[in-house]
Amino acid sequence: MSKGQSISPALMANKRADTSADRRASHETSVVAPEVPGSQQVVEPIAMSGSQAVIRSLEELGVTDVFGLPGGAILPTYDPLLETTTINHILVRHEQGAGHAAEGYAMASGRVGVCIATSGPGATNLVTALADANMDSIPMVAITGQVSSTLIGSDAFQEADIVGMTMPITKHSYLVTDAQDIPRVLAEAFHLASTGRPGPVLVDIAKDAQVAQMEFSWPPTLDLPGYRPVARGHAKQIREAARLMAQAQRPVLYVGGGSIKANASEVLEDLVEASGAPVVTTLTARGVFPDSHDQHLGMPGMHGTVPAVYAMQQADLLITLGARFDDRVTGVLPTFAPGAKVIHADIDPAEISKNRTADVPIVGDLASIIPELTEAFRAETERTDVPDLSAWWRTLNGLKKSYPLGWTATEDGLLAPQYVIQKLSELTGPEAVYVSGVGQHQMWSSQFVTYERPRQWLNSAGLGTMGFAVPAAMGAQVSQPNRAVWAIDGDGCFQMTNQELATCVLNNIPIKVAVINNSSLGMVRQWQTLFYDGRYSHTHLNTGHESRRVPDFVKLGDAYGCATFRCEREEDVEATIKAALEVNDRPVVIDFVVSADAMVWPMVPSGVSNDQIQVAQNMTPEWVGEDEGAGA
Amino acid sequence: MSRHTLSVLVEDKPGVLTRVAALFARRAFNIDQLAVGSTEVPGLSRMTVVVDAEGDALEQVTKQLNKLIHVIKIVELPPETSVQREHVMIKVRADAATRLQVTQAADLFRASIVDVSTDSVVIEATGATEKLKALLDVLEPFGVREIVRAGTLALGRGPKSMSDRALRH
Repeated sequence: MSKGQSISPALMANKRADTSADRRASHETSVVAPEVPGSQQVVEPIAMSGSQAVIRSLEELGVTDVFGLPGGAILPTYDPLLETTTINHILVRHEQGAGHAAEGYAMASGRVGVCIATSGPGATNLVTALADANMDSIPMVAITGQVSSTLIGSDAFQEADIVGMTMPITKHSYLVTDAQDIPRVLAEAFHLASTGRPGPVLVDIAKDAQVAQMEFSWPPTLDLPGYRPVARGHAKQIREAARLMAQAQRPVLYVGGGSIKANASEVLEDLVEASGAPVVTTLTARGVFPDSHDQHLGMPGMHGTVPAVYAMQQADLLITLGARFDDRVTGVLPTFAPGAKVIHADIDPAEISKNRTADVPIVGDLASIIPELTEAFRAETERTDVPDLSAWWRTLNGLKKSYPLGWTATEDGLLAPQYVIQKLSELTGPEAVYVSGVGQHQMWSSQFVTYERPRQWLNSAGLGTMGFAVPAAMGAQVSQPNRAVWAIDGDGCFQMTNQELATCVLNNIPIKVAVINNSSLGMVRQWQTLFYDGRYSHTHLNTGHESRRVPDFVKLGDAYGCATFRCEREEDVEATIKAALEVNDRPVVIDFVVSADAMVWPMVPSGVSNDQIQVAQNMTPEWVGEDEGAGA
Repeated sequence: MSRHTLSVLVEDKPGVLTRVAALFARRAFNIDQLAVGSTEVPGLSRMTVVVDAEGDALEQVTKQLNKLIHVIKIVELPPETSVQREHVMIKVRADAATRLQVTQAADLFRASIVDVSTDSVVIEATGATEKLKALLDVLEPFGVREIVRAGTLALGRGPKSMSDRALRH
């Protein structure tokens, strides 16, 4: 909104400069320049087909790996793929796998992930991955074939209006019907996907545009007059944020996935240490700040740690960096952090004051906002006293001691899933990449793997896409050939996308899959235990202990040519993991047969305040007596 | 709920209307009125959208609209500082006995008669929503056969130009 009606302080934050110095500073650098990504090498006009232009553009954009599966409408583009020497195309078994692989590739490397599919069902199979990438702001370009422009709208064979279908779940989308547009559109797609708040961009190319002759030249001129992502935060707002930080008695740094996208890990550590404040990292931010750091309280939210949840509830200031007040973090919104003022820094103005009103909005790139905030805080505390947080820390350290993450032994004597995951982390270390599906195993992976570096942890957070792990791990492994990549998967998730094991075997992508096999849709089952009186409606999958074991995951892995292991006893866990880590020439599948009754704790039941967090069934921490000095 | 008039400057690209309309739908907004047309700048269209919304929700939908790549600029035009006009055509029953009264009513509202037949006339009128409502109230007793109306058009008062300033970035 504009025209001087300051409806939104957040939106105006970068536009309302109060001094001329601020104005100059923000005007010079406040907007991300439209720039063609990649080589910038000049290519003089040369005649080629549209499909050759697709491949040539990808080469110029610096793409080295793409995931895809051909079909009728994208056939012309697959032909020049045979000639390229710089692009490695990985043939997947299902387009959804290509989409998640592109996501995993992007999340592990920070580079744009690319997937290719044909029209109609090929394109619709990408929809889940596009929605997933949109929710978690993952830079990705999806290229789809479309029926010839002369047939569009005629219900032609394998025609689907994929641009129309994906409008709400992409950052932007294109339908290309003129071959001449191909280089510009692809350059714009990469620019859009990777700048501002990253996200997926779909490029749908009609078959006749792929076949037609065009004149290729590089670099193209980007034409995006409506796209001006803000780069620098407003100096006055940053000073105001620093002022609040210097006054706060109970501050919490609430750090979200945006900090990873901004590559802000190092500058964040400076801010944390300068401020002395506790840090919580959300599900998408795990790893951006080391778990081993004393000031880290862990993950907040529905399955967050007691200290993290309590700290936010009792905070007088939330310093929100690239997080979005998701309902899984806040619980019942009106009861969330009731006493806290909110500083909210995000690159997307629409996130600010969307769920929780911000007292100090800062729009811009965290890579520059965070160091500027650190500097402003230091300047502020030179004038005033450094805030004394010792009472706050006394309370929080007490909670850390009283309520560490943990688990109790299973009653059925079967393997505890948490133990398996903790051992995986211990024996593999933080240089590996950990990828999970969605459900109990995802929460346990978030809790019991020790995260020390950004991009160590990949998962499907916003959309909660079961089946994410195997293909995303595949993509991550392609971008990180020298790291071990663990897909920690559930037996439900694994059955949704394990066909990509064929892709991994044939392309020497040696991911390691740890199936946490509790023979059920575990998280749903946990809710049925807690909220549906143990009525297990359709959550038993028959893959685990004392079931028919359909399929047998070891035989399934064998059939694909993976190294396979089954582990059912605690005393075998270490040896099994060590043996799996020895295998580097093919994928590994381990069937960890675990107890179905293990539950994820702590938990904030749905529909109640975060104050009602339970550390075990119907057990809420005793807050009384721990509020000393917290003023609560 | 209160009525707000948004002027949305967009690139004239295929699908842009769908993108804007879909965004309103997804955020559960009713578009009360919508008018789209070309502007003085080739390649740019301007949408005038009238919505019923509360402040916070309106702010959110505006920010979401701003994220659409084809949206160049959004301005809210408050009634005090803008000119807002609606356009309507009304087919009214009018025979020899009533025609004079109908045309007099139209004259009073500075509306014009654009079609006449033996037992009907078509009246074209432009004006603020309240004025057109008053006209319709007056015509109602004669028998309104058909109404067609276009969305409100709105322009800020004074010499400033929305597209001019938008493109200076």
